[in-house]
Amino acid sequence: MTQAEMQASATQSSYSVPSTRKWRDYFSFNSDHKVIGIQYLVTSFFFYLIGGVFATAMRTELATPESDFVNPEMYNNLLTLHGTIMIFLWIIPAGSGLANYLIPLMIGARDMAFPKLNALAFWMIPPAGLVLAGSLLIDAPQAGWTSYPPLSLVSGKVGEGIWIFSLLVLGTSSILGAINFLVTILKMRVPSMGLNDMPLFCWSMLSASGLILIGTPVLAGALILLAFDLLAGTAFFNPTGGGDPIVYQHMFWFYSHPAVYIMILPLFGALSEILPVHARKPIFGYRAIAYSSVAISFIGLIVWAHHMFTSGTPAWLRMFFMIFTMIIAVPTGIKIFGWLATVWGGKIALNSAMLFGLGMISVFVIGGISGVMVAAVPFDIHVHDTYFIVAHLHYVLFGGSVFGIYGALYHWFPKMTGRMMNERLGILHFVLTYMGMNLTFMPMHELGLIGMNRRIAVYNPEFQPLNILCTIGAFTLAISTIPFLINAGWSWIAGKPAGDNPWRGLTFEWQTSSPPPIENFDLLPVLNYGPYDYGSGIRFPGEEIEDEETNMEAPPGGFMPPSESRAGS
Amino acid sequence: MKIPSNILTLLAGIALTLISLWYGKNHGLLPPAASNEADLVDGLFDAMMTVSMGIFLLVQGVLVFSVIRFRRRQGDNTDGPPIHGNIPLEIVWTAIPAVIVLVIGVYSFDIYKQMGGFDPQAANDPGVTQIAMLPGEELATPLIDASKAKPAHNHVHLAVGIGAFPEDEGKMADVNVDVMGLQYAWIFTYPDSGITSGELHVPVNQEVQLNIKAQDVLHAFWLPDLRLKQDAIPGRDVELRFAPRKVGEYPVVCAELCGPYHGAMNTKMFVESEEDFSNWIQEQIAAIDDSTQTVAVNSADRTDGDFLKPFVEEMGISDVDRTVLQQLHSHPAVSSDRTAQVVNALSPAA
Repeated sequence: MTQAEMQASATQSSYSVPSTRKWRDYFSFNSDHKVIGIQYLVTSFFFYLIGGVFATAMRTELATPESDFVNPEMYNNLLTLHGTIMIFLWIIPAGSGLANYLIPLMIGARDMAFPKLNALAFWMIPPAGLVLAGSLLIDAPQAGWTSYPPLSLVSGKVGEGIWIFSLLVLGTSSILGAINFLVTILKMRVPSMGLNDMPLFCWSMLSASGLILIGTPVLAGALILLAFDLLAGTAFFNPTGGGDPIVYQHMFWFYSHPAVYIMILPLFGALSEILPVHARKPIFGYRAIAYSSVAISFIGLIVWAHHMFTSGTPAWLRMFFMIFTMIIAVPTGIKIFGWLATVWGGKIALNSAMLFGLGMISVFVIGGISGVMVAAVPFDIHVHDTYFIVAHLHYVLFGGSVFGIYGALYHWFPKMTGRMMNERLGILHFVLTYMGMNLTFMPMHELGLIGMNRRIAVYNPEFQPLNILCTIGAFTLAISTIPFLINAGWSWIAGKPAGDNPWRGLTFEWQTSSPPPIENFDLLPVLNYGPYDYGSGIRFPGEEIEDEETNMEAPPGGFMPPSESRAGS
Repeated sequence: MKIPSNILTLLAGIALTLISLWYGKNHGLLPPAASNEADLVDGLFDAMMTVSMGIFLLVQGVLVFSVIRFRRRQGDNTDGPPIHGNIPLEIVWTAIPAVIVLVIGVYSFDIYKQMGGFDPQAANDPGVTQIAMLPGEELATPLIDASKAKPAHNHVHLAVGIGAFPEDEGKMADVNVDVMGLQYAWIFTYPDSGITSGELHVPVNQEVQLNIKAQDVLHAFWLPDLRLKQDAIPGRDVELRFAPRKVGEYPVVCAELCGPYHGAMNTKMFVESEEDFSNWIQEQIAAIDDSTQTVAVNSADRTDGDFLKPFVEEMGISDVDRTVLQQLHSHPAVSSDRTAQVVNALSPAA
């Protein structure tokens, strides 16, 4: 059963293009969204490995209470670069990579709306990333990824300057990408696809792109003012000249809290694609999941000051942001219960993609629960800036985003390369990652509660036993990437050929060849089914298909509420 | 005997509820509470742990059950049932979390009120006060100059933070302490007696008000055993007001990244009986009288090292640490070669 049938009425490409990509294309300024998508994914994974090395170095230092592996200044360099790289050079660009690769394929477009802008957005990332990571060799930033003044103004001009420069470039890249996603999704869908027929990944990218466009310029403003304070001696945030450091925190978190949703929403979308395919069941509550993304991004804009409950914030502000932060749990809960209901009663194929998908729900929910807890002001006053927060944010960003990225890579690797990944290595990768993740971050909750503050190179010896557990977990996580790297590299070259649609998926990207031809579709597809109409008695692709147009007019069975009779109708 | 599935569901629900209730009371994750504020926060935490445990078990249970029960059998290429949604069910799982967060929100609001978060003296941000701190100026001058210390803590003094318990609003605290955070130490000044100390001493069962300032960068004053934390912000007055309940020795931690030695910026709070506290005050006053001449010297004429010496001695910092403190504090912008010296200075001790 296919969502798309290659209908003769579709427009035909009017000019000829080369049929395959050469390896050199992937190292050039290429405007093909699939090339750019893979460029994003490979580049961001490269930076993930660098950020991971920094994290492992930090955990090695923290195996003992004394400062012995790296000196305290170097430790602060590492924690700053680890945070910045993982957020701005791994999770956000990896989401952009998936979006670049998938959005045009999912909506039946031949490329993004602005292909050259797209290439430009990508090529801003490698120089900014290399300068940032390379700053470790000269003079690295050491004021944390939040870079609060006044510390950021007095802890080294060169490093801080590099940090601001890199973030401005990466933020610009992110804005350009978001404009592209937004316009592509809104304007380039095949005519038969309404907004409510889109795959959920497109809905989540719509929401994330809106957040990027609203939030990132504010971060840019904060960074430019910080740069003036740092380099020109102004006093926007510098209290010695009458500036207010709290204003920086407001501006910073106005972007950086929504950034959490910018990082997780694309993977929520990817999960909504992965689960129905491998559970062979329609997504449960398409509209609820689609609109909850929009709700998350809207409410996500008015919760930023929950990062500042112990800062210079008056009581009413603390209460206001507490309530809205907690309300975000409602749309998030809708998604989680929707996903659970999707797999419930399905026919679950426990392959690597599905394991990471289910694993993502399993660990993300812990981060979600601790998120509601830290939203409560009285409790947050205790745990703010402690390891409890470190645990919470890693359950959300590692357990949510990174598990999601891995799931998406396993799921779409056959489409991107035309080859299957090895399942045994994939399962080994999942088991190591799941164990390592929980071993590293679960004990951190308790560390925070009993009094260990974050961003410290030396700590009270009574915290050592739990820290050793965390360090063992971190090493497990470091090792867990090895099977993945072997698997991805080997499968790309010599994996089993995948065929066009190895998972029997219904969305458009599975209806073209693997890897897709340069302009995606020989004939533009036409929408005949919803993206998740599994089990509706529609035949599988490859089987005989006739008179599909009428198929959805009469939903089979009486157990569907009329409004939900077709996902997304 | 076949048990109907709705009875099994009911039993699972009861088990989940009982486990959650038990866990909420017996998680044992928090250190012992040392004040009434801490009890309030712990009560909130217990309640949230109960709900959290329930949701955690529900989600993980459904996942594990699905993976076992609904696993695809070998050779089965058919699809699952085409269920696209269920509006009543979706309304239920929207409404239940909404009610849960509403209840937690109202409960948190109430706890925050009981802790003193809405004390009019502490609930509003007084804004920035320009601080005269120019490059090269002796940064810590006001610290030891008791005459310049804030004379009285009257009702109009505003500082954001956690204020008095609702029943004590408008009353002055029994003990006032001015707290100054600087890289990498806390310095406590008792304005009533002019004492300066590197450790916080407070009497048990009395209301203590800390008026917190920062001198160079952001710090955060954290008392883990009292579950209280407040950032110290240059140019802003902030406060914490609490009533310690148990005699003992409690850690004071800086919780906001303030530089490479942030992790070492710790001290102790001693909660003492009234008698011990007044003895300690007397000792300190005697010590101050001994060092009067030092205080009288114009601090601008001295090096930072000399200037910090009395504090260093009072804080009981060892020689090595003192070198570090002197070197680090001599200029806020610590250059990398200087840091190399610091590291060299530290290494014999490590």
